[in-house]
Order: sequence, then structure tokens, then C-alpha cells
Amino acid sequence: MSAPAVRREIPYRYRLMGTKCLNCGALFHPPQRICPKCGSKDLVEEELAWRGRLVAYTVIRRPPKGYEDYKPYIVGLIELKDGKLILAQIVDCDIEEVRPGLKLEATFRRIREDGKSGIIEYGYKFRPVIEWNWQKKPNPEK
Amino acid sequence: MSSKVAIVGVGCTKVGEHWDKSLRQLFLEASLKALEEADVDRVDAIYVGNMASATINFQQHLGALMADVMGMRGVDAVRVEAADASGSAAVHQAYMAIKSGQAQTVLVGGVEKLTDARPADVEYAAMMSERSEYVVYSGITIAGLNAIQTQLYMDRFNARYEDIVNFAVNDHRNAAGNPYAQFPFPITVERVLESPPVADPIRLFDTTAPADGAAALVLCPLETAKKLCDTPVVIEASVLATDGVNPYERDDVLTLTSTRVAAERAYRTAGITPRDVDVVEVHNTSSIMGVLALEDLGFVEKGQGWRFVAEGQIALNADLPTNTLGGLKARGHPWGATGVYQLVELTWQLRGEAGGNQVDGAEIGLAQSVGGLGATTVVHILRRWH
Repeated sequence: MSAPAVRREIPYRYRLMGTKCLNCGALFHPPQRICPKCGSKDLVEEELAWRGRLVAYTVIRRPPKGYEDYKPYIVGLIELKDGKLILAQIVDCDIEEVRPGLKLEATFRRIREDGKSGIIEYGYKFRPVIEWNWQKKPNPEK
Repeated sequence: MSSKVAIVGVGCTKVGEHWDKSLRQLFLEASLKALEEADVDRVDAIYVGNMASATINFQQHLGALMADVMGMRGVDAVRVEAADASGSAAVHQAYMAIKSGQAQTVLVGGVEKLTDARPADVEYAAMMSERSEYVVYSGITIAGLNAIQTQLYMDRFNARYEDIVNFAVNDHRNAAGNPYAQFPFPITVERVLESPPVADPIRLFDTTAPADGAAALVLCPLETAKKLCDTPVVIEASVLATDGVNPYERDDVLTLTSTRVAAERAYRTAGITPRDVDVVEVHNTSSIMGVLALEDLGFVEKGQGWRFVAEGQIALNADLPTNTLGGLKARGHPWGATGVYQLVELTWQLRGEAGGNQVDGAEIGLAQSVGGLGATTVVHILRRWH
């Protein structure tokens, strides 16, 4: 993978930028210039929601080239809060603990590297949302 | 414009590990059989279906290469690519060439040579049917995408994995009678469930294995075909349709819309309904894809495919004989050749040459060939000519 090929995807991989069709409301990631659903050319850039829930998942035990070091790993289909479906690795979560309905958030991670001297690619993976107990939060007034 | 296009010669190699044969030799072997059967020495055009020669075999320019191999320098020849629907897409191009009157006699060959690459490289090459920068990037595999479909299907339609995998069991039962099959032996549901997990819930025996193989057809107008052979098989419809490449950016993840669109147009062109079909070949990279295909081709209602399969209604002697010589699972899946294998096998069925796997009185056959997870579907309807 060349540096320009990785660099031009940065907005979509680092910030989850997509496009939204102003005619039918459909979201696309990576962006589409022309809406494949309704044919409209009236689309604007839109950042996807960073949170969502797991719809379905699998555990990859026979990975493709470049992903061998991570196996076994979870890949899930995630429904974001804006309704967009996205496919990504689920991390910081044991295989025994993963289940549909799990609340997830996007996190910035290393994806793969091209040998010892090649480019290291980064991007989004998803991890379980940690539920904070706000009552127990230290109160600075005290 | 020619009225109808007919198949006058078919041929194929065994599907499997051909350590002593190259891409060229496989193509040559299948094509010579088809040309000899048709009693044709030279054709007007050659279409080569192939998915991965660049990444696996470091070879492009297959049109000119195969024309040279066949001793037909000067002929119109080109390679056609539509992921693992490349073979059927090549047949579609050949069909249109004859329909338009540009060519009279055409050779179509699908060829794939995968065993020259390491398994992880084959997985990666397989994923090139999907969006490289986003879907492949997640680290998912074809089996993984099929696994997510399977999970969603089980949840939505209350199906069990052990019911769905009957599709693979049916393929193996049929392959046992096919001398060209990669895995010509029966398996049981238990054997599938006991095999190692590849991408949960999908097990190894519910996936296809890397394979080499080539299959070929000789096509010409029906008027010519009647002079060349006693049993021409007519291509009543050849339709290609596309859909969104991201499987999860479609209207419904569990509907193969390209299959629906192609099938509807094919039935209309052939003037038949799904009830008229005697033999079916579908594209089952895993059992779930076979189940979805039966539903989206209109043979069974959405959500009922798993039941239809588990009840044995796709067996050789049942309502809808499906993948009668082993399908992708057991005849094997040499990607760019698979779509042509389907049509070779349907031709045998319609001519009454399918041996112990013959479906009695088969008149009409349908083949559904898919690229990736359904971004391309090619549907062919064949009819025995009287």
C-alpha cells in the first residue's frame, strides 16, 4: 500500500466521515457522490455517529494475509445511532463476552502493517461502552 | 440478429489440486473437449472467465494468451471479470456476441488456478470482490460475511445452523456421483458441525476449498447447432444484474436483490415461471448463500428456504433437484470457472448424460452465479431442444 493510497482515506477512517443524501436521507460510508438508492446528486458530508449497538458478529479464525497476528478476532455488524450499518473489528472484549445488542463506541486503532518497512495503517475499531456511574463521580465542590 | 443461441459442445477438467497443470493447460484441456464435441476447429471469438490470475498467477492478458494456446492467433479474444461470477459473465458476453451477429461460433472458457498460492493469499484474493478500503480492511473474510448473514438469518427466521447446513450435505451426496468433483464423497450434518470453526458459526465443511479447474462451452446460433449436433441445448435467457457492493448498504442484508432482478428478467425472457424449472444450479459459497438463492430465485418464500432444504426438497429425486453434480461445496469452486461448470452440468442433465445423477425428463435448467456477496448475479435458463 502506498502512502497516498492510505492518506486519502484518512477522513473516512479516522473521523468516520461519510455522506448523506439530502433527498432520501440515506447515509454512505465511504462517501458516495451520487446516491445509489434514489439517484440524487444532492449529498453532503456527514460524520457518522460514534456509538451504536452490535447487530451480529463472527469470530475470524482463518484470517486473510496481513491479519494473522490478531487471530482469533471478532468482526461485527454495528448499527450506529444514526441508523447506519458499519462493519468493524470489536476489540477490548473477550470472545465469550460478545453478544448482539452490546453497546459499542468507535476507537482509533492500528489496523495492519505492510511488512517491517512499510506503512502502518490506522483506523476505526469498536469497543464496548464503559458505563460510568455518575453518582460515584468525585465532586470537586467538596 | 440471431434468434436463439445454442450450446453445441461442453468440456471440463476435474476440480481439485492440479499440481502438474498451469492456468493455460487447464484452459486448453477443457476447451479441447468442448471443441471436439462440437466438431469445430476455429471460432470467431473467445471469452475467458477468470477472477484472480493477476494476484495468484501473476498473469493478465488472458484473451490473447488463451487464443495463442488454442492455436487461434488473430481471433477476437478477451478476458471477462466479475469476481466469482466471471465465468457466467463471460458466457453472457458470448451470448450477446452471437445475438448481435458479430460472431457465429464462440468458445467460452472459465479457468482458475488457486493452488499456486498460500491459503492466506487465497483468502485475500477472494476478498477482492468486496470493497478493498473498507470491508476488506476490517479483516473479514468471505466465510465471515457468510457467517454474519447466517447469524442474522437464524435470528430473523428462527432457523438453526444444523438445518441450514443440509445444503452442504446435499452437495456432497450429489458429488459422489460426479467424476469431475473435488470432494466426491457424502458427509453428514454431524460431520459438518464437528469440523473446525472458520468464522463462527460457519464450520470448515460449510465452506469451499481453494481449487483449480476449467470448464468450456462452444456456442453458436440454433440454426447452425441443428446441423452440428443431435441434441442442442438452447440458452433461453442470459441476464446479468448488479447491486451495491457493500452487502450492508443494501435494502436488506438477507435479500440478494441482484438475483431477484436477474431472475425476474430471465423468467420473462424465457416465458416461464419458477415452477417450470426442472434442475437448478446455485452459487453456495456457504449453505446460507444457497438458501438465500432458492428464496430470491422465487422457488420458496423468503424465510422458508432453510425448511425447504432441511426437508430434503432439493435432493435429486425431490421437487427441485439442486446442485445435482455437487455445487460449489463439493464439485468445487474454482472461482472464475464455476459459472461455466454450472452450465456444463446443466447441459449434461438436459441431454440426459448425467449418469447416476440424471434427473428424469429434465427439460429446463436454471443456473444462478454470484460475484462476491451478491453485487453481481448472472442467471441463465437453458432448455433442451426438440
